[in-house]
Amino acid sequence: MQVTLHQDKCVASGQCVLAAQDVFDQRDQDGVAVLLDERPPAELHDDVRQAAAVCPALAIALADA
Amino acid sequence: MVVGASVAGLTAAVTLRTLGYDGRLTLIGDEPHTPYNRPPLSKQILAGTWEPDRIKLRTDEELSDLDARLLFGKSATGLDTAARRVVLEGGDSVSYDALVIATGVTPNSLPGAHHLAGVHLLRTLDDALALRADLRHKPDVKVAVVGAGFLGSEAAAAARRMRLDVTMIDPRPVPMRRQFGDRIAGLVGRLHTKNGVSMRCGTGVRRFFESGGRVTGLELTDGTLLDADVVVVAIGAAPAVGWLAGSGLELRNGIECDPTCRAAPGVYAAGDVASWHNDHFGCRMRLEHRLNATEQAQAVARNVLGAGQPFAPVPYFWTDQYDAHIQAYGIFPAEAELAVLHGELEGGHFVVAYGHRGRVVGVLGWNSPCELRKLRQLVVDRAPWTSIVPTQPAVWPGRHLSASLR
Repeated sequence: MQVTLHQDKCVASGQCVLAAQDVFDQRDQDGVAVLLDERPPAELHDDVRQAAAVCPALAIALADA
Repeated sequence: MVVGASVAGLTAAVTLRTLGYDGRLTLIGDEPHTPYNRPPLSKQILAGTWEPDRIKLRTDEELSDLDARLLFGKSATGLDTAARRVVLEGGDSVSYDALVIATGVTPNSLPGAHHLAGVHLLRTLDDALALRADLRHKPDVKVAVVGAGFLGSEAAAAARRMRLDVTMIDPRPVPMRRQFGDRIAGLVGRLHTKNGVSMRCGTGVRRFFESGGRVTGLELTDGTLLDADVVVVAIGAAPAVGWLAGSGLELRNGIECDPTCRAAPGVYAAGDVASWHNDHFGCRMRLEHRLNATEQAQAVARNVLGAGQPFAPVPYFWTDQYDAHIQAYGIFPAEAELAVLHGELEGGHFVVAYGHRGRVVGVLGWNSPCELRKLRQLVVDRAPWTSIVPTQPAVWPGRHLSASLR
């Protein structure tokens, strides 16, 4: 799985961190999401898919790596 | 079958496929566009910083991967729950085994205004593009925004970003009072004033003036006369349930569902149109929040496939106005008490907790996204109010106000 985060779309909702805290974080100053792992291990894929599904800004794109 | 093709409808369809449903799937939506995201309409689209391509929920390729019958630009006009059929405009009917209703809301209108050029509602992409064009139809447009909720406040902020003359009118004493209560709403009012909006709170609209079929101004209930080239009417919205008359579904404030979002055998509702009992807060609610459209549709898809799980989320919403990014988790009763958990109310960065009946029921952050996310757990846990306010708190009890523009 290849994860892409479009920070210019992010609205700092933090839903990705709630769904997959090992893969996403938020910047302290403005809450914009940060990608910690663009190729997360298989056991996190469901969480990452949920992060992408709930992102209210459609800022997370997933592709097969 | 899914009726309604915005966030909730599309999410229900996508989730059904993700969960392995491989039977027939129909998605019906009354807008001609492929599904798009609404929050940017009152922000980036209106301000002109984004074009419509940026807000598509799915590419055409992703939509065709759904392997569903997509009927966009078509309305459902009736429902027969006994025969399990949905009637479409033109008279065709389609049968279903399970139905998800996600028809959203329709914005409320002001009587005697909407036949005039220059008077706008803001719900759809077409609405946003028409308003955007009108805000630029001549230099130095004067804008009147009627209604100071989420949409009106964001539209006012977008128009100020375009350096236009903006007046905001609302019968309540401060903007967003119904959403946040007096204390925080007062800060929103100050934010608008600081950014050059002329606030006319505590008044309604008495009548409109026109010339050649175009609005030129309005008279407020206190007798004030205002020039206006463009009027944005943002006075709330009503669940889009007209097509369900006679269906036998319970329709009060939206489609009344049980805690699993089921409205009748084989019929579920999700998104802005759905009213359901949220077991976490012990009350019935209907939410017009972007995240709820996604989460409720996911829950409904699971329940369509037999999960039978109550949907009991902690609601989340946000609004962007000027340099303020306001986010909140939970519910915000008018009579709640407040406690500051982080920062200072006057400092431009803070998180406040809302307490009701001895529990934390909501947390609201102002330019504090990371702190707010960490404090969300208080609402998840329904933390005792005494646990966060060990001493006598500063209390601003709210008051109910039933003023309305209509």
